Amino acid sequence: MKKAAIDVSYVADLARIELTEKEKELFQKQLGDVLDYVEQLQKIDTSSVADSALAPDFKANTLRADTITDSLSVDDALLNAPQQNNDLIIAPKIVE
Amino acid sequence: MNLETSTIAGLKAAYQKKTLTPLEATQDLIQRIQEVDPKLNAYLRFNEEDALQQAKAAEISKPLGGIPIAIKDNIVARGEKATCASKILQNFVSPYDATVISKLKEAGAILVGRMNMDEFAMGSSCEYSALAESTTRNPWNQDCIPGGSSGGSAAAVGGWEAVAALGSDTGGSIRQPAALCGCVGMKPTYGRVSRFGLVAFASSLDQIGPLTHTVEDTALLLNAISGHDPQENTSHAVTVPDFKESLNPSVKGLKIGIPQEYFIEGIDSEVAAGIQASIDWYQSNGAEIIDVSLPHTNAAVAVYYIVATAEASANLARFDGVRYGKRTENPKDILDLYRSSREEGFGQEVKRRIILGTYVLSSGYYDAYYNQAQKVRQLIREDFVQAFQKCDVILTPTSPSPAFKTGEKMTDPLQMYLADIFTIAANLSGIPGISIPCGFTQSGLPVGLQLLSSHFEETKILHAAYAYEQAHEWYKQQPAF
Repeated sequence: MKKAAIDVSYVADLARIELTEKEKELFQKQLGDVLDYVEQLQKIDTSSVADSALAPDFKANTLRADTITDSLSVDDALLNAPQQNNDLIIAPKIVE
Repeated sequence: MNLETSTIAGLKAAYQKKTLTPLEATQDLIQRIQEVDPKLNAYLRFNEEDALQQAKAAEISKPLGGIPIAIKDNIVARGEKATCASKILQNFVSPYDATVISKLKEAGAILVGRMNMDEFAMGSSCEYSALAESTTRNPWNQDCIPGGSSGGSAAAVGGWEAVAALGSDTGGSIRQPAALCGCVGMKPTYGRVSRFGLVAFASSLDQIGPLTHTVEDTALLLNAISGHDPQENTSHAVTVPDFKESLNPSVKGLKIGIPQEYFIEGIDSEVAAGIQASIDWYQSNGAEIIDVSLPHTNAAVAVYYIVATAEASANLARFDGVRYGKRTENPKDILDLYRSSREEGFGQEVKRRIILGTYVLSSGYYDAYYNQAQKVRQLIREDFVQAFQKCDVILTPTSPSPAFKTGEKMTDPLQMYLADIFTIAANLSGIPGISIPCGFTQSGLPVGLQLLSSHFEETKILHAAYAYEQAHEWYKQQPAF
């Protein structure tokens, strides 16, 4: 993997971020440098690490009792909605 | 400033003796903020009326009764803005309290202000804030950065314009600014303090913790915020000790590990000298100094910038302009709504990290980057397990250099990332770490000493930190304005 491997425009599309041409150019270079730096990980022998060791270090799987508690009111839940009507959040249509 | 009454312990004592009331203390603090904050710009918002109201209602019999605490702006409190210093959350008002906020309210604390930070806690200098009117300054030299991302919390405590503060630490964001601003900062064990209500950056690394003037204050604040939370399934159901009981001034028999990998070339010579002097002090006071090895130390920054950005790209996907946060005006369609809201709402560093995180998780690169990084992360964890079989605590510098100049690393993200080289491994391993002041450079900038211990053994680092602090009392020095 060389620094050319990252195609910032393509990845920005995956991440649903519109970037300006200037940002694309800048990130292409800066992220190329960061990827060159992280290249060092490829040289580390990780054959001793089992895939199962990768889960976060939970000492116990803590579950809570299935009791009914208060949840956010409709007003609270809609407090920050950019656009709303009839207790619903309004967004552009998704299906043509 | 009167030291006696500017710490949590000092205020508690003064309230008990009735030489001071919470209202008077809050009025003093407001006056101090008015004097100092125009120079430091540590507070994003401060509601004077609200603070005075809370002070009038304070019950001093409670554990933190009448104690003013400042909050990093990525921890939500009901009815208040929580912006993460981002335009995308500029007008966000939280409909609920974070668990740490509920706990502070229950303990009687006065919540006094919202602190500046790097946007979404991504940064090591506090310069990536998108909302601050002016850059947050280091209290010891206003040409320098305060560190980050909890730079507002650290600058306010270091500048004595806050009694204590909460921050969050994903790769060093409490400890590094604490070191650079001359205060105490602790990242508790992963699972010790609930993150419910902390805006998520990298969920396998994020941890809330205290920034204070003294180790005793850190213990008192940690007592108030620790414990299992049914709302947060990574918080552990383990007993919380009284951290204040671990404050013991003797270090006789304490085993302190020194990892050779942390004493690298390129570390500032005055930082190295300060750390060496502290090692000598521990040794001459009866602690046993033991060489330990953490062989995968060099890989920590690389692992971090894969794991943290991958998690961030997933966590920040929720900011899409639909349910809350900034929405672009007149979007063409739903895709344009997502893309333009995110383009307008996120700052450059946040975008850079989302792009990197999306890339390392993308098809064809996942195994080479993300999976490999997770495996090396496991080796880093195992290094600590091995090392802690030989010692109680590990001692390192907190940061390779004292505070750097404002603007110095803004054009080179990689150099900025390397500022966290000594703090990141604790997050990757989930272990607790504390930074305490250990002196000053010739030019008067604070140097920080980091102590690490094994999971849920905060008492050991509090003990080691307290003993050193009591013998040196660096906190008695204050910056001049």
